Amino acid sequence: MKKLFALVLALMLCASLAIVAHADEPIKVGIINLDPAESGYREANVNDLHAVFTAENGYDARFVTAPTADLQLQAANTFITEGVDYILVSAAETTGWDETLEAAKEAGIGVFLFDRMIDCDPELYTAAVVSDMRNEGVTAVAWLESLGLEEYKVLHIQGQLGSAAQIGRSEPLQEKCEADEKWTMVREGTGGDSWDPNEARKIAEAAINAGEDFNIVYAENDGMAQGVVAALDASGITHGVNGDVIVMGFDCNKWALRELLAGNWNYDGQCSPFQAALIDQMIKTLQAGGEIEGLNELKQIINEEKGFDARTITEEDIATYGLGE
Amino acid sequence: MSNTKRKSGLGQLLIPLVALGILLLFNLIRDPGFYSIGIAVNNSGNKVLTGNVISIIDSASELAIIAMGMTLVTAACGGQDISVGAVGTIAGSIFVQTLKACSAINIGTVLLAILACCAVAILFKAFNGVLVAVFRIQPMIATLILYSCGRSIAYWIVGSATPQIDSPIISAMGMTIPGVPVPTPIFGVVLVGLILTVIFKFTNLRLYTESVGVNQGAARLNGINPIAIKLLSFVILGMCVAAAGVIGTCRMGQVSHKTLLIDIEMDAILAVAIGGNNLGGGRFKISGSILGAYIIQMLTTTLLAMRVDPVNIKAYKAVVIIIIVMAGSPVVKAKLAQLWQRIRPETASAAIGKGVN
Repeated sequence: MKKLFALVLALMLCASLAIVAHADEPIKVGIINLDPAESGYREANVNDLHAVFTAENGYDARFVTAPTADLQLQAANTFITEGVDYILVSAAETTGWDETLEAAKEAGIGVFLFDRMIDCDPELYTAAVVSDMRNEGVTAVAWLESLGLEEYKVLHIQGQLGSAAQIGRSEPLQEKCEADEKWTMVREGTGGDSWDPNEARKIAEAAINAGEDFNIVYAENDGMAQGVVAALDASGITHGVNGDVIVMGFDCNKWALRELLAGNWNYDGQCSPFQAALIDQMIKTLQAGGEIEGLNELKQIINEEKGFDARTITEEDIATYGLGE
Repeated sequence: MSNTKRKSGLGQLLIPLVALGILLLFNLIRDPGFYSIGIAVNNSGNKVLTGNVISIIDSASELAIIAMGMTLVTAACGGQDISVGAVGTIAGSIFVQTLKACSAINIGTVLLAILACCAVAILFKAFNGVLVAVFRIQPMIATLILYSCGRSIAYWIVGSATPQIDSPIISAMGMTIPGVPVPTPIFGVVLVGLILTVIFKFTNLRLYTESVGVNQGAARLNGINPIAIKLLSFVILGMCVAAAGVIGTCRMGQVSHKTLLIDIEMDAILAVAIGGNNLGGGRFKISGSILGAYIIQMLTTTLLAMRVDPVNIKAYKAVVIIIIVMAGSPVVKAKLAQLWQRIRPETASAAIGKGVN
C-alpha cells in the first residue's frame, strides 16, 4: 500500500513537472506569407508579424514567404510534418487548400488565416483576421458614384488574379459596369502576381496607343496606380483633382497619400496590414484554455478600414494611416 | 576598297530597312492617324509631344542603348550577354540607394548616383567579361549566372519592394525637361550613340573588335590582345546597361526589381540579329542594331494600336520576327540573289557577292 502510494505520488510529481515544463516551452508557429518584395503593404505586413511573433513573446516562429500557391502548400505540409502548434496563412490563392487544412486539423494544429480568406469550410480553420476586401471595393465604387460624373469610362488594373484582394476590389466595380449604362469598362488588365507597376504602365500605354478614351483609373494597389500615372504623364494626359483622369489606388502607402495631398491622385482605399497583435491575443487565449469570442459566421474578425479623398485628406491622416516612410 | 565596303554595309541594312518600310506602309494604310503628333500639357505643367511615333521612339530607348552594347559584345566574343536586364536592375537599385543615402536630390547627387551605378554595372559586366575572355566560358553560360541571381541582388541592395525617389530632376530625366517637349530618354540614346561614334572615329576599336571576332588567333599574331578587347566590349556594355537602368528607374520614379527591364536581353539580341549582324561574331554594324530596336518597338506599338491583347502580343511578334530573320538568312539571300540574276543578268555579279557574304 505504501509502495503504491509512493508510486502515485511520484507519477503525480512527474506529471506536474511535465506540465510546468510544457508551459515554459515556446509556442511553435509556422507563418506562411507572400513575398515582402511584392508591395509596401506586404512589407508592412511581414514586418508586423516579425515584431509580434518573437522569442521574448513566447514563440518559436518559423517564417516562410512564398509568392505562389504551390510553394505555400509545400511550406504548410512541411509545418504539419514538423508538428507546429499553429499555422498562420495569407494565401496566394483562395482555393486548393482543403486537403492541407484537413491534414492540419487531424494533426491538431490550429490554423489562423490573416489578410486573405481561403475558400473552404470554416470548420477547417480556427479564425480569420482579415480585411473585408469586398467592402474596400464597395466603398471605392460608392465614392466614385458620389462624384456624379456623366460618364464613367474605366481603365481597370487588377491585382494578382484569384487573390482575395483582387476579387474583393474587382467585383463591385465589374458589377457596377454591367448594371449601369453610364459605366463602361474601357480596358481591363492585371499587374500579375507581383502587382507590378511596370505591367500597369504597359497596360495604360496600350490603352493610350490604341486611342482608347478613359476618365477613371481604378488600380488595385498604389504601385500600379503610380505605373499608370507615369504613362499618363508621358502622354500629356492630366490627372488628379483638377485633371481629366481620376486616379484611384489602394493600400494607403505614405507616398501615395502624399500624392493625394498634392492633388495628383483622387482616392486611396485603406487596407490594414496589421493582424499580428490580434492573432497573438487569440493564441494566448487558446493556450490558457479559453475560447475565442466575437467571430462571425465565417469565423472572421474584420479590420475596420476607410477610403481617403484628395479633397479632404490632411497631414494628420497621412501620419496616422500611411504605411512605410 | 571603301566603295565596296559601303556597298556591303548597305546590304546588311537592306533587310531591316525593308522591314521598317513595310511596317510604316502597313500603318499608313491601316490608319493614317497613327502618325499624328500632337502637343499636350501634363500634370507637371510641361508641354509634351504625344502620338504613337513619339511613343515608339521614346519606349525603345532602353532597348536601343542596350542593343548598341550588345552588338559590340556579340562582335568581339561571338556570343551574347543574357544578364543585361538583371544588371540594369542592379544599376537602377544602386542609383536609387545612392540618392537615398544623400541628404537631398540635386544635380550634384544625381551625377554622383549615375557615376556610382555606372561603376557597379561595369564591375558586374567585367565579371562576365573575365569569365568569357579569360576562362573562355561560353558567353551564354557565363552570363546565365547573373541572369538568374541579378534581380535578387538588386532586391538586397534596395531592401524593400519598390523604393520611391521623388524629385523634379528625376522626372525630368525619365520624362521631359520643362520647356523641352521631346522625351528625355531619346536624348539618352543620342548621347550614347554619339559617345560610341566618337570612340570608333578616333580609335581602332572597330577594327580590333572585328578582327578578334573573326579570328582570335590571327588577331593575337598581329599584336592585338583578344582578352583586353573582349573585356573592353563588356565594359562598354556595362555603361550602356547602366544608362538603360537609370532611364528605366527615372521613368517610374522607383525601382521594381522584378520587372525593370524585364525580358530586354532577348529583345536586345533580337535587335542585333534583325540589324543583320552575325551572332557568331566578326563584322558588325551598330546602326543596324538600333534600327532593329526601333523595329521591335514599332511592332509592339502597332499591335497595341490594333487592340491586340498585351498578353498575346508576344505570339504575334514572334511570327513577324521569324519572317524578318528568315529573310536575312544566307539561304534565302542566296535564293533571292539567284532570282535577281535571272531577272537582271547584267547586275548579277554584285548581287552574288552580297548573297555569298
